[in-house]
Amino acid sequence: MDIRNRIAKRAAEYFKAGDVVNLGVGIPGMCSDYAVPGVMFHTENGFIGVGPAATGLQKVESFSNASSTEFVPVSGSCAFDSAESFAIVRSGRLAATVLGGLQVAENGDLANWTRPGGKFGMGGAMDLVNGTRNVIVAMELCAKNGSPKIVKECSYPLTGKHCVNHIVTEQCVIDVTPQGLVLLEVLEGLSPAEIQRQVEPLLIVSNSIKTMER
Amino acid sequence: MPGKIRSRDEIIAQFKDGQTVMCGGMHNHGTPNNLIQCIIDSGVKHLTVISIDSADANLTLGRLYHHRLVDKLITSYIGRNTEVVAMLEAGEIDVEFVPQGSLAERVRCGGAGLGGVLTKTGLGTVVEETRQIVEINDSGEKYLLETALRADIGLVRARMADPLGNLAYRGTLRNSNPLIATASDLTIVDADMLMDVDEIGIDRIGTPGVYVDMVLAK
Repeated sequence: MDIRNRIAKRAAEYFKAGDVVNLGVGIPGMCSDYAVPGVMFHTENGFIGVGPAATGLQKVESFSNASSTEFVPVSGSCAFDSAESFAIVRSGRLAATVLGGLQVAENGDLANWTRPGGKFGMGGAMDLVNGTRNVIVAMELCAKNGSPKIVKECSYPLTGKHCVNHIVTEQCVIDVTPQGLVLLEVLEGLSPAEIQRQVEPLLIVSNSIKTMER
Repeated sequence: MPGKIRSRDEIIAQFKDGQTVMCGGMHNHGTPNNLIQCIIDSGVKHLTVISIDSADANLTLGRLYHHRLVDKLITSYIGRNTEVVAMLEAGEIDVEFVPQGSLAERVRCGGAGLGGVLTKTGLGTVVEETRQIVEINDSGEKYLLETALRADIGLVRARMADPLGNLAYRGTLRNSNPLIATASDLTIVDADMLMDVDEIGIDRIGTPGVYVDMVLAK
């Protein structure tokens, strides 16, 4: 399995039937391919029940997700306006949101909407990390230049403070806890020391550490 | 023309230089495209636009930026529109970013006779730098104050409209449209279908006609 699908598949293991979940663009969006039946997907532009990408006559303007992809609604879907959509988010009705990350800090701070000086805007990212019951960051462990993305303190503009619960990367799974970052799973063939070398904060290695499948 | 149905020319005459215009739609979907064309045909300039995003370059709402009709934009995201990003970098447009859920609430407040809302969204981020922080006396909880937004003109896309201005929506075409329908001095609707009075169905109406001033004739 390639790196991106490996991350998406592992992140999707946090979902259970009956959950309503929001997925960001990129790797997070691929989680829907691996979710157990009964999970429903929320999109910021006002919908619960996002299904597979639409083709042919089912591809209509009235059903498109926050990435502008037309989809087929699943049975039991409902539509609502943007204010309702974020009321659902802030009030804790979403079991999980999966987002990309530029930096995650030891204390659970997340920076994922811009690099310093970026000019795109935060979209709904700051809302999604405020209230969602489980904030899951799905990202590669290091930046393309090899620099750590799991850091002591974020240097990039924050999306939210103390908001991340789980970090899923291609090499490991890490939980943010009041005691610090706990290393829960390491990719088959790697050691905890090899993960530690690629992150800034000191990791707490779980007593029940597991092997992550390739 | 019956009720609130208005001709294209009558709607074009409503636009003036320097107005603030709120527009429904997100990522090119659910946008009142016929009303965007009315703005372009009116020849007005120096608009302030309030919308969830700025669409794509020279598509749907993005056409306003392509024609350089906008001085200021209040939005949550411009990353899809290469022209707006370039204009911002060149200092040719003023952009105020608001988290998407807070932007929706600000418009909702504007349409509901409220001054604003308290939210934790954006606490501890750059958003905080331009907001009043409110601490609740009893609990000590801190929130950001997001103040109400209103506009001179609100542009709304609906699936159906009747002559009284009652509107119905479909799926994600709805997005910010029902909010924007409430928060302007003049609300104008671009509906896919014009229906007779009572044809939409009482329980199917998403925006009561009381909020709507004009519906673009077919």
